[in-house]
Amino acid sequence: MSEELLKIENLTTYLASRAGVVTAVDNVSFSLKRNQTLALVGESGSGKSMTCLSIENLLPQNGKVADGRVLFKGEDLLKKSPSEMEKIRGREIGMILQDPMTSLNPLFTIGNQVGEVFRYHQNLRGEALRKTVIEVLEKAQIPAAAERLNSYPHEFSGGMRQRVAIAINVACGPDLLIADEPTTALDVTVQLQILRVLRELQQSSGMSMILVTHDLNLVERFADDVAIMYAGRIVEQGGVKDVFARPMHVYTQSLLAAIPRLDEKVDRLRTVPGHPPSLINPPEGCRFAERCALADDKCRTDYPDWVMDSKQGHQAACWKVGEAIN
Amino acid sequence: MPENKLPSRSRGLAKKVQIVMAVSLLGVIILTALLAPFIVAYGPTDMSLSDSLKPPSWAHPFGTDSLGRDILSRTIYGARISLFVAFCAVFIAGTTGGILGIIAGYFGGFWDSVLMRFADVQFSLPAVILALFLVGSLGPSLTNLILVLSLANWARFSRVMRSEALSLRTRDYVLLSRLSGASHLRIMAQHIAPNAMGTFIVLVTLDVGIVIILEATLSFLGLGVQPPDPSWGTLIADGREYLSTAWWIAIFPGIVLMLTVLAGNTTGDFVRDKLSPTLSTRW
Amino acid sequence: MKKSPYISVKNLTKIFQMKGGLFSASRPLRAVNSVSFDIPVGETFGLVGESGAGKSTIAKMVMGALQANEGKIRVSDVHVDTFEQSELLRLRRLLQPVFQDPYSSLDPSMRISSIIDEPLRVQRLCKSAAERKEKVAEVLGEVGLSADSARLFPSEMSGGQRQRVAIARSLVINPQCLVLDEPVSALDVSVQAQILNLLKDIQVKNALTYLLISHDFAVVSFICTQIGVLYLGEFMEVGSRNDIIRNAHHPYTKALISTADPAAERRLGIKAADIKGEIPSPMSPPGGCPFHPRCPVAVERCKSEKPLWREVEKGHLVACHLA
Repeated sequence: MSEELLKIENLTTYLASRAGVVTAVDNVSFSLKRNQTLALVGESGSGKSMTCLSIENLLPQNGKVADGRVLFKGEDLLKKSPSEMEKIRGREIGMILQDPMTSLNPLFTIGNQVGEVFRYHQNLRGEALRKTVIEVLEKAQIPAAAERLNSYPHEFSGGMRQRVAIAINVACGPDLLIADEPTTALDVTVQLQILRVLRELQQSSGMSMILVTHDLNLVERFADDVAIMYAGRIVEQGGVKDVFARPMHVYTQSLLAAIPRLDEKVDRLRTVPGHPPSLINPPEGCRFAERCALADDKCRTDYPDWVMDSKQGHQAACWKVGEAIN
Repeated sequence: MPENKLPSRSRGLAKKVQIVMAVSLLGVIILTALLAPFIVAYGPTDMSLSDSLKPPSWAHPFGTDSLGRDILSRTIYGARISLFVAFCAVFIAGTTGGILGIIAGYFGGFWDSVLMRFADVQFSLPAVILALFLVGSLGPSLTNLILVLSLANWARFSRVMRSEALSLRTRDYVLLSRLSGASHLRIMAQHIAPNAMGTFIVLVTLDVGIVIILEATLSFLGLGVQPPDPSWGTLIADGREYLSTAWWIAIFPGIVLMLTVLAGNTTGDFVRDKLSPTLSTRW
Repeated sequence: MKKSPYISVKNLTKIFQMKGGLFSASRPLRAVNSVSFDIPVGETFGLVGESGAGKSTIAKMVMGALQANEGKIRVSDVHVDTFEQSELLRLRRLLQPVFQDPYSSLDPSMRISSIIDEPLRVQRLCKSAAERKEKVAEVLGEVGLSADSARLFPSEMSGGQRQRVAIARSLVINPQCLVLDEPVSALDVSVQAQILNLLKDIQVKNALTYLLISHDFAVVSFICTQIGVLYLGEFMEVGSRNDIIRNAHHPYTKALISTADPAAERRLGIKAADIKGEIPSPMSPPGGCPFHPRCPVAVERCKSEKPLWREVEKGHLVACHLA
């Protein structure tokens, strides 16, 4: 029974905007064990990226965590000072972002940027530093690592740069890696390679991973658990196999149905009309109610409680689970 | 569950006060200039040798000059002329320079190079030399002054609007417009110009201050507004020799000039911030 | 009487001259290498590939936005490749594009009504402002937007709504075909589904022919009747949708299919993750079969000899030594 590495409790994050205060993350709770991958799935505006930034305390100027706890190895990260967080970031928690073009500094060599992590966190210098950097680049499956230490980011392709970003982030053997859409900007055939690299790194070091994505195919291949987010809240979560085989929430069902399947030729894709509600004054009841064919008055006024499935850990926030399944 | 409150506004207050002050000051100056004939106690050219070189008093809040003329009245009339000249020059320079810049940036190539060379010439030629030449050959007059100020100023607009056009012309909506058959003229007028308007307006508001100072410089040197007509520049020139004895002749118009430009620049910054889409509130 | 729209592309080639540095000459980049395909009336041809495949370049040439170096492009009776003004003007009436990014496809300074009726004004197709207004309302309805959205600005609309406006604009002059360059890639998954359904409906209602560009095999399989798989500017495989999906021959096609449908991996025998390395630079394409450095089943012959186009079943062609 692996121990719990990360436990998020009732996390709520606000974003100030000209139009008002946006509740970007609303009462989000989930936990992550060691050596486990959790996929945070949602469309734009669902709050998945904001959740990750809240964990790392890297919110933009107009963002603020309003409530909740982020327990990492038993300690609440939200209570830590900026300097304490700096020591944790990079060493214990790593983060990979979507755009490989901008996550590396164009003015410094690859060797320099990867080395920075070791210089800062482990105080390595000279030959020891060089050896460690090469080792880490090789782990990220960058060919001819030793020769490429003096190359600059613009000499690398998108997939390579992302590998370098991975190398930088797993350099110190973090316990947790947060990957925010790490492959969205890459070619399809490269996406799987990158995720494979991540998976192998994870297995060899026992690292946990939060994978933020909108691509359900990737979730199916690489994640152990999944949490589906909609309008700032988690609407369904559980083991990937369970959720995909028996989606309880109507939104989850619509996501799965929206992907055209190759084998059957269908005339129309099943869609749900409308779009997510504004998060400035979120509705009292279920956020999905206005688009849901099964919604009734109770759905609109009372936020649904969690309904457990027979399978361990699989739950959905919906009053209509019974009907939805049929 | 904590309340959904917006962040406190106290930090924005100081900035707001600044802007309100700047805009009101500018408004007061412009209004005063417009209503000049009705509010001044004395005519700008009324002489009274017995009252010459009097320091500031109730009768003459800004004092009098060597010919007994009221500095306050002259400053107010000076505002009329200085502001009128400045607005005209900015308008002419802005529209001509702006249009040329858009055409150059949009089409690129040969005409772009030609325009940019002309712009380089303008940048390297000091306004004073240009004024000397023009005034020398055509004679001093208000029209020539406006001409000089426009000629000395248009390249700034061209350069900025050119770069706006360069970036806007690659937008998808421009290509789509072409592909539905729109002419280049239509695209420049309908798609490029309106989207560059924000930048243009900011440039105009910031340019007014520059031109006011330029005009004052030229008038100070005798190349702009001719005596006895008052302009801030000529007033300062009048007071030059009396700086140690009758400081008020030059200083008051100088202060008014400085405040006007300051107010104009602050307003320009405010306009630019307002039109910039990236600003958001902070906690 | 409507002439049957019919797009025919033969030996289309595009070479870009990449500027050299101070000390090197300019080098040619063969973005599209002798590509040929036909699109019958009312059908949808899908150009599939990853970056550097040349699909957007082909689309731009077909829509008359970019001039080809070699080859012929015919849209109905318009000879697009000549790039003559008169031909291009006629093309504008027959063919309209829809682009990927809903945020840069609409002029932010204009209202939706002006955006949509611009083609009508430019081509002088309506006799009065009232007629234009009516046409705008009609076409907004066709794409599922209310008539009052005409007075909105693009900034007041979501990505999906903007893309609908883009589609509405392309329809307003009653074209006969649409070139859609990654029309749903920038949209959320559930919105993608809505727009794809819409595109299908419009096609049927208006008897349109589509040229669709996408990197997503799932999208292509839903809406296309024919598929062409591009790699580094050349076709690897071309065929009807069913032939390609059910009976793909080329290893690259198989890999692309399995990325879109993990369940297909077992059936196809090639896993997407088996594809090694990255797409090489189009400036220095590999010799022989362009795909050989990454191909999991490549043999010696693939490195030196370029595969010929072969018909494996009627209408289904593959360029592979092992097919």
